[in-house]
Amino acid sequence: MQKIIRKIEAAQRIDGEDFLRLEQEADLHQLGFLANAVRLRLHPEPVVTYVIDRNINYTDICISACKFCAFFKAPEEGGGQVLTRAELAQKIAETQELGGTQILLQGGLHPDKPLEFYEEMLRFMKATGIHIHGFSPPEIVHFSRLADLPIPKVIERLMAAGLDSIPGGGAEILNNRVRRELAPNKCDADQWIEVMAVAHDLGLRTTATMMFGHIETMAERLEHLQRVRDLQDRTGGFTAFIPWPFQPDHTPLAAARTIEKTTAISYLRMLALSRIFLDNVRNIQASWVTQGPKIAQLSLFFGANDFGSTMIEENVVAAAGVRFRLSEEEIRRLVTDAGFRPQQRLMDYTPV
Amino acid sequence: MDAYIEQAGLGQILAKVRNGERLTLADGRALYHHPNILALGYLANIVRERTNGNQAFFIYNQHINYSNICTNLCKFCAFGKEKGHALAYEMTVEEVKDKVRLRLDEPISEIHMVGGIHPDLPFSYYLDLLRGIKEVRPEVHIQAFTCVEIHHLAQLAGKPVDHTLRDLVDAGLGSLPGGGAEVFSPRIRQMTCEKKLSGEGWLEVAKTAHRQGLHTNATMLYGHIETVDERLEHLDALRCAQDETNGFLAFIPLAFHPKNTEMAEHATTTGISDLKNIAISRLMLDNFPHIKAYWVMIGPKLAQVALAFGADDMDGTVKEEVITHMAGAETAQAMGHKTLIRLIREAGRQPVQRDTLYKVLATY
Repeated sequence: MQKIIRKIEAAQRIDGEDFLRLEQEADLHQLGFLANAVRLRLHPEPVVTYVIDRNINYTDICISACKFCAFFKAPEEGGGQVLTRAELAQKIAETQELGGTQILLQGGLHPDKPLEFYEEMLRFMKATGIHIHGFSPPEIVHFSRLADLPIPKVIERLMAAGLDSIPGGGAEILNNRVRRELAPNKCDADQWIEVMAVAHDLGLRTTATMMFGHIETMAERLEHLQRVRDLQDRTGGFTAFIPWPFQPDHTPLAAARTIEKTTAISYLRMLALSRIFLDNVRNIQASWVTQGPKIAQLSLFFGANDFGSTMIEENVVAAAGVRFRLSEEEIRRLVTDAGFRPQQRLMDYTPV
Repeated sequence: MDAYIEQAGLGQILAKVRNGERLTLADGRALYHHPNILALGYLANIVRERTNGNQAFFIYNQHINYSNICTNLCKFCAFGKEKGHALAYEMTVEEVKDKVRLRLDEPISEIHMVGGIHPDLPFSYYLDLLRGIKEVRPEVHIQAFTCVEIHHLAQLAGKPVDHTLRDLVDAGLGSLPGGGAEVFSPRIRQMTCEKKLSGEGWLEVAKTAHRQGLHTNATMLYGHIETVDERLEHLDALRCAQDETNGFLAFIPLAFHPKNTEMAEHATTTGISDLKNIAISRLMLDNFPHIKAYWVMIGPKLAQVALAFGADDMDGTVKEEVITHMAGAETAQAMGHKTLIRLIREAGRQPVQRDTLYKVLATY
């Protein structure tokens, strides 16, 4: 342990074995001090950033049927919706009125909308000038299958239509055992990495997420982090990493088997471990949407340097029974109270 | 990790904490103004583990608030109501007994009972409450009536506090909860609860109870208009009283909940301020055996984290919590003991089910 601690303090990279050792043996205080040291090395200024944006889920109709999801509607069950142009326009206008700079655009894997539908949606939205952070890798893989086009071609067409960056959703755990059990219809781990690699090569910045605390082992979490770190070594295209725990309420997974909700301490430990391991990803986001304002504030001492987004609208976590809401003013108060200066940012972390 | 504490400029305090030396008010001030909550947590954890090892306590208890009718009407309170108010209520002795009866199938070891300063219920009512509960559940420990209520009951009884306490004990009282302390500062009491028993009066009742062999708890309501110095003076007054009588069991920092109070313009406390108050009270109150992270007040997530920041007790299963919820608490009104045990375990602590006096009933 002392050797590992010295490595981290000397800004040396830790390997998978070190990670597993830390996870087993380090106490909460050690993880906090070490993650905070890494965070301060990357961000010596006492600044915590956030973005003003809104989640727009263009449809909840989804053929993926992931067992951890409480949001989707299967096509055959009916009741699902695709947002109209008028709804999109209104949501964007509301966002811009609140000083919002971007839309996080994600939706279910719709069974039959062609690629042109998404291109038109992007062109329509882009007319407002807003940054579109859209289409996670499972959506892009799905579009590519439906259109029978290679992934680079799909991303190029979406970029031409106005796509600005890609969110890191749908990563869940980047391990195919976990994915086969929880989300067999979703793109596999290799494809997720491939989409991000292609996007980075085409000049798009993206984020990466990890949804943990369900059926995965610690070794599988490590595999996830390793894959993100390896790709980042090659491309440098990830702006941020966002780990958040599975929210079990109303999900098929929780109905089928007992899954204990990740506690605050387990969240903070994972956050700190991610900060320590991903030495090449500049920003780590706190997840106030799943943890609430108190733990999110505390996470600023466990590796997080970013408060994420104001999320003027959020539907997916809310469907799993967790409904925290925070205004920009409240985010600024929490950041200031923790001893940092709040700073609004864009997707690529340039200050506003 | 000591190097991190020294880097944070807290080396001297660390040395004192390691040697078990008492911290001064100036030390307390340095801690309150310190920007790194990790450092405070680390220091508090040294005292916490020295005092309570790896144990984290909880209790299987039932809360009963016999009445919210109150003549004090403190500005920070959303629970107290004037007699005749649409939301005012009072329970008969029979109703209280029914509440106890309804849960006889559960392994409840404590009934926690407080109420307002009622304008006209007689002393006999309170004696009957205690006797009634004991009739229904003879083995249960009744922790009831804050020092403020005891002072009021002594006036009703027309007897000194020690005699009043003796009558209450004879009727079934087991110990006193820590409420009503708020912040002892006369300035704060003048501005927020001028009709309430003074800080000195509160301490006098607590010490009298201790001298009668009764254990009590102590609280501090933080996060409204009090200053850091006022908090520290409050903690120091408790520490001095404890030196005299050694009757306090637990200290419970209480986060102010502004909603529905006359001080609703205040913001709610933050996670950092909640942990700061827990850590600093653990460090200052070196003669208190226990520091409680009351999950109803700060949420179960933060209460769990607090087990590494000085706290060794998560309170209990608490059914039907009313006082904090009337002030907008968004926590559940009850938590199953299985959930408590899991939270404690995931915090790396050993779950210990206790009785009111911290006798170990079960370990998990």
